[in-house]
Amino acid sequence: MAECECLESIFSSYQGSREELIPLLQDVQQHFGYLPNDAMLAIARFIRVPESAVYAVATFYAQFRFTPIGRNHIMVCRGTACHVRGAPRILEAIEKHLGIKEGEATPDLEYSLETVACIGACGLSPCMMVNKRVEAKLTPKKIAKLFGGNGKS
Amino acid sequence: MSEIKLTIDGRTISARPGTTILEAALQHGVYIPHLCHHPDLEPVGICRVCLVHVEGRGQMLSCRAPAEDGMVISTDHPAIDAARRIAVELLILNHHGDCLVCAKSEQCKLHEVAAWVGVDQQRLARMRRPSPSGEIDDSNPFFTLNHDKCILCGICIRTCDEIVGVGALDFAFRGFRTRVSTFGGRPIVESRCESCGECVVRCPVGALAPKKALPPVREVKTTCPYCGTGCGIYLGVRGGKVVSARGDTENPVNHGRLCVKGRFGHDFIHHPERLTRPLIKKNGKHVEATWDEALDLVANRLSAYRGSQFTAMASARVTNEENYLIQKFARQVMQSNNVDHCARLCHAPSVAGLLQTLGSGAMTNPIGDIREAACILAIGCNTTAAHPIIGLHVKDAVRRGAALIVANPKEVDLCRHATIWIRQKPGSDVALLMGMLRVIVDEGLWDPAFVSERCEGFETLRESLASWDLETVERLTGVPADAVVHAARMFATRKPGSILYAMGITQHSHGTDNVLAISNLALVTGNLGRPSSGVNPLRGQNNVQGACDMGALPNVYPGYQRVDDPAVRQKFESAWGCTLSDRPGMAMTETFHAMIEGQIKAVYLVGENPVLSEADANHVVEALRHLEFFVAQDIFLTETAQLAHVVLPAATFAEKDGTFTNTERRVQRVRKAIEPLGEARPDWWITCQIARRMGASGFDFADPAAIMAEIASLTPSYGGIAYDRLENGGLHWPCPTREHPGTPMLHGQRFPTPSGKARLVPLQFKPPAELPDQDYPLLLTTDRSLYHYHTGTMTLRVDGLRSLSGQEFLRIHPEDASRLGIHDGERVEVSSRRGKVVVAAHVTEVCPPGVVSLTFHFPDTPTNLLTHAALDPVAKIPETKVCAVRVTRVGAS
Repeated sequence: MAECECLESIFSSYQGSREELIPLLQDVQQHFGYLPNDAMLAIARFIRVPESAVYAVATFYAQFRFTPIGRNHIMVCRGTACHVRGAPRILEAIEKHLGIKEGEATPDLEYSLETVACIGACGLSPCMMVNKRVEAKLTPKKIAKLFGGNGKS
Repeated sequence: MSEIKLTIDGRTISARPGTTILEAALQHGVYIPHLCHHPDLEPVGICRVCLVHVEGRGQMLSCRAPAEDGMVISTDHPAIDAARRIAVELLILNHHGDCLVCAKSEQCKLHEVAAWVGVDQQRLARMRRPSPSGEIDDSNPFFTLNHDKCILCGICIRTCDEIVGVGALDFAFRGFRTRVSTFGGRPIVESRCESCGECVVRCPVGALAPKKALPPVREVKTTCPYCGTGCGIYLGVRGGKVVSARGDTENPVNHGRLCVKGRFGHDFIHHPERLTRPLIKKNGKHVEATWDEALDLVANRLSAYRGSQFTAMASARVTNEENYLIQKFARQVMQSNNVDHCARLCHAPSVAGLLQTLGSGAMTNPIGDIREAACILAIGCNTTAAHPIIGLHVKDAVRRGAALIVANPKEVDLCRHATIWIRQKPGSDVALLMGMLRVIVDEGLWDPAFVSERCEGFETLRESLASWDLETVERLTGVPADAVVHAARMFATRKPGSILYAMGITQHSHGTDNVLAISNLALVTGNLGRPSSGVNPLRGQNNVQGACDMGALPNVYPGYQRVDDPAVRQKFESAWGCTLSDRPGMAMTETFHAMIEGQIKAVYLVGENPVLSEADANHVVEALRHLEFFVAQDIFLTETAQLAHVVLPAATFAEKDGTFTNTERRVQRVRKAIEPLGEARPDWWITCQIARRMGASGFDFADPAAIMAEIASLTPSYGGIAYDRLENGGLHWPCPTREHPGTPMLHGQRFPTPSGKARLVPLQFKPPAELPDQDYPLLLTTDRSLYHYHTGTMTLRVDGLRSLSGQEFLRIHPEDASRLGIHDGERVEVSSRRGKVVVAAHVTEVCPPGVVSLTFHFPDTPTNLLTHAALDPVAKIPETKVCAVRVTRVGAS
């Protein structure tokens, strides 16, 4: 299984001690975009802790996700500055164009959508990040341009 | 160290150094409210309710702060009052439940703390969460987890981790969403939970509650009827029925802890299929009869088969007193030394092997020693499944820093806790152990003082080690040489070292050699006669140790006194008023052949089920069909009893008095909790009735205590055993006199061999009798499930256990499965040269490639149709751990 092989290659740079749990979770999420159950079970086995303890740590931190993300992961900022300058309307527009709600992914896994508290770019508000790219000073029109026709343009 | 003194609320109290403030206060009857504290667990201080004010220090958590000399503590302080009231109120806000119908009701800690702290009803009403979430996990057959009642004290989580070592639960999410959760929030039965119920017992509120919650009217202290660990239990009785079981916290074996079988596995007692009247086979059908009819018939018929044509099969399930009577009946009344029981199938090699080397064939050290060991070698045992409470002791030792070496071809649960896991090929244990021994001797890591003072035969052994070079060992065992070296060094240098072993060592055609190899390793490293060391065969059934001790063996009277020793024979002849045979009888595994040959014509079988438990089961059925007269005595109509001419209904452990001897040689009381069901009668009563109706004297006992008095008078090692001495925790044999305190550890000064020294034995490698070949390419090994016991007679009649584990699975490695085109869960046919069974496949890496495994608990899929009855030449045990099989998809043929 391809999944097994890539886990093995991730694990190969670790000792297998329990202190390595968080970096391991981060690497696995980096690779899969989320934390698949089987990967968490493999981590538990690798660092020899009960799987419930892996789940406990993974659910404690907001950075970890348990469902797959799309190839384009959209993080709409809802920090104070963005909120004041119309983030709710931006979110609404994206939801309309992609046909998904916050926290969901399109069935073809092209897009996934979540909101974040602040991306630290208040001067560019309202803004969002698509993967590592920041989209600044958004308007519903800009959103339509980006995601109109389901974003295929 | 001297006691320290501190002042709490103006009262001066003393405490041992290291005690926490909370413990010191509670010990002196000073109440400090607390929720997350449990005396069995490490303090964590998460409920914030046990705050106290310490002069000069301010607020402290009394559960975590060590008491110090001169501390002045106040439990009643305005700032503390406010802080803990808020903590309690916040818990109550989210605590939903109707206290009147809650299983924990009066024992609820939240209730207790709230009453003490005092809560503001109006504030509560305003902030209360409007409706309960309704989240209840009732997937487990024995208990429920109601999240609306949970106070997040973490006691269940810590119990599962610190005490049970399983870790099925943890806190998931955070802040307001925090909850006790399994991995992935799955239902509890889909987690690694072992259903032992330790968390349920400790839950301070009603969040974890047993499904059967009706409290008993009275409780009876007795001994668990399952494995050989011998845990103390209290059976709860209500309306003449056993309704509950809980661990006896004062019992030195289990300290109140129990496994799933011991806590929840007692419903079989009242199962509708219990035999409640004698049955006589007429025209091929069993019909009910009166006791007089049945007993007279048995007495009449057995009279015709005195001598060697009779054999008695005693039972590792029934009491010492009953086993004593069965062998007395066989020897005195039937004039036959043909008496044996299922120890033949489990630890006969331990008895034979260790008698030869150490002079005594039982665990050398007590169970309580295990946690203090510096190194534990667990070889050929699946302790957490077969002896769960001993498993807890092993895990406890690991927590305390012991090294654990697990040697097992299968990835058993203990491997998770192991420092080293050695995966030897099935049947290659002698090579592994002798290889380790060679490394230890070559590197000078052995114990010369112990060997020269207490052992003989070292030079011969040393010479024989020449043939156990690491290359040979690696080739025979499949274990890399450096792993063998690593394990050898670890075992030799970390002392004391304790060796635990079970069926993986004994159930081989060279089982006795395996035992001798273990004995060699322990002796050469000086790990005998010292606390927390020793050779420790873990006995499988509740009273298999006792059945052996009582002489339910063909070659010895009670206390391992040989039948061919004239002085011994004379003693028993004069005590029993008869003449006795000096010829050792036949081992049970050999009698089946003798039945077919017509040498054995009549059998009296008590509480055994050889049709499922013996290797090559087809052969056993054929043998029993050859019998002219066959009496079976049991609590259920087992697969074996179905073949009997007369079936006598016996009482369960809950319906009679007596004693069991556990695996560490501790003789413990079994006490009657309820009257026998219907017309069922205790086994001792039945055996006495048969003997008396055959005109025998010496079978007129008023009660089991009187039988024990006779045992004590004839058995030196039980000489000081009497019921009045067994009230608190039992006694370890040897206990020769009324004043003797018992012997928890053997061989402290000398070995009970003729020379007083232990014997070292050179060994040669013998492969298993049947190995995989072209026709039967896979190796089948057998094992046990935590949820079942032996042939399932009892556990398969407990609904909850059945729902946790209801059928057999063939465990098979993914490589083998994919080569054979087998998918997980698919039905497959497993066949050997002797028979075949159809079971579901479970594809798992627990088995190494080339090896498959089955349990033998399920009558629908009798695993022993497949196994091989190749016998160990000394111990006559069949090789149920190794045989060759073929696995095919059903319908693919």
